[in-house]
Amino acid sequence: MAIRTQPVSINIGPQHPSTHGVFRLRVTFDGEVIIGLEPIFGYLHRGKEKLAEARTYTQFIPITDRADYLASMSNNWGYCLAVERLAGIELPERAEYIRVLVGEMMRISNHLMAVGFFLNDCGAFFTPLLYMYREREKLLDLFDMLCGQRLNYNYMRIGGVSQDLPVEFLPALKKFVQEMPGYIDEYEQLLTTNEILLARSKGVGVLSPEQAVNASVSGPVLRACGVEWDIRRADPYSIYPQLEFDIPTGIQGDTYDRFYLRIQEMRQSVRILQQAITGIEQLPHGVYRAHVLSLVRPPKGEVYSRIESPKGELGYYIVSDGGVSPWRCRMRGPSQLNLTALRDMVLGWKLADLIIILGSIDIVMGEVDR
Amino acid sequence: MSKFDRFGLGLAKGLALTGKTLLSRPNITVQYPEQRLDVSRRLRGPELVWVALKCTGCATCAKSCPQGSIELATSQELVDNKYEVVEFLVDHGRCMFCGLCVEACPFDALYMGRGYERAAYRRGDLVLPKEKLQMSADRQPSAYCRPEMEAELPLQTLLVYGQTRAKR
Ligand code: SF4
Ligand code: SF4
Repeated sequence: MAIRTQPVSINIGPQHPSTHGVFRLRVTFDGEVIIGLEPIFGYLHRGKEKLAEARTYTQFIPITDRADYLASMSNNWGYCLAVERLAGIELPERAEYIRVLVGEMMRISNHLMAVGFFLNDCGAFFTPLLYMYREREKLLDLFDMLCGQRLNYNYMRIGGVSQDLPVEFLPALKKFVQEMPGYIDEYEQLLTTNEILLARSKGVGVLSPEQAVNASVSGPVLRACGVEWDIRRADPYSIYPQLEFDIPTGIQGDTYDRFYLRIQEMRQSVRILQQAITGIEQLPHGVYRAHVLSLVRPPKGEVYSRIESPKGELGYYIVSDGGVSPWRCRMRGPSQLNLTALRDMVLGWKLADLIIILGSIDIVMGEVDR
Repeated sequence: MSKFDRFGLGLAKGLALTGKTLLSRPNITVQYPEQRLDVSRRLRGPELVWVALKCTGCATCAKSCPQGSIELATSQELVDNKYEVVEFLVDHGRCMFCGLCVEACPFDALYMGRGYERAAYRRGDLVLPKEKLQMSADRQPSAYCRPEMEAELPLQTLLVYGQTRAKR
């Protein structure tokens, strides 16, 4: 016999530790079951798209860092690629290799955070996360060596990268790549077969492929539903066509699949890194930037270009009027569109499940609100 | 029931790793003020370092700054066949240490700093005039975009090699 209850609305956030940033959810409960959900964005809105219109093309690069601050290298890449396509700039091969190296390092570092915080949300309080922080720290050291900062890299430039790799970089990265598979085994040993985790996440928050495609979901969340869609293969850029890697997909599209897919993707990234290191060692030093005027003036026109950022399809739509700054610059943040599928995932689940479902999407509010 | 028929195995595996790590005691934490890391050679740290002798007052740095945090003025008349820089102000409260100004300077007169611990109590204290921007013992330049300086600076401590403090 069910007890009839009155629906209750609860605000979760904006400052709630499990909302991964300043994000507010207005959730309607019937008893403990979620019957309605309204996400409220905008607390971290900084008007980046408008800022672009008042800056030159190069000056906007450090501001893209601040969109998805856990994967700022990918933001740099997406933006620079869009401007390069608009202006028709060809990159030297070494620059492409450097970009793939740092892009995949960024993917590993982002997935470490995503997986760690997901486990944190599941209740494995900080122990697994600190294991992952250990490896992330090594990557941040390498990024620091490359461009002088640990989070806001501002490393890529239109036509290449800002500086060549330091001589100590590749040996250190090689050592990391050698050790990383062992560490990924450790993470799996920690929790992937843990019964509590399985009970919490298997079958929870299922997103069907149709719903996912309908909501423009991309990245690991989409692939976890079993849709094999990766921009690196579907709309290749840089040197990805020459590299060998698999696109892991999930089976059910549940929370566990999204978690496990990220671990598999880290293995693939390690594979790409190995190939890219072999490739870059054969290239001459010093040619890391195409000859581009310091004040880039792309011809009149528009471009939409996208890359596979760790969180999904990161697109930049730029309209140029031939001047020194974009006439319009629009960012397609993957976190934002992945977040719109949240309601489909949580309806019918309970409050405790909402937290882990939200954790499994891997959002960064800087990118959602921009 | 299938979910629970192996109950305990996964848990034990995880705990085994935790136990192993506990006993091997990896040395990762740095006891900060006492122990320090050697920072990156290319550190984009606070604050900018400005070399008065090399600066021509061309204002390329100010133009390339996305935040507009550099302000400079030169003299109206030539002094020793060059325009003297009478004012060079950097507002480090607005600066985001992106390094674009250092990259743009055609005369290598501007460097990113290697320092840290630069907190101030008032915003106004972060606006530094040219006297305070000069190189000094605790204001050393980093090799960001100055590759020729890189070899002279100490190597960065890297956790990949298991280093957790500066070699001194
Ligand atoms: S580091 Fe960047 S924000 Fe700071 S003064 Fe230089 S260009 Fe401006
Ligand atoms: S770009 Fe260099 S030389 Fe020109 S004003 Fe700035 S610091 Fe001086």
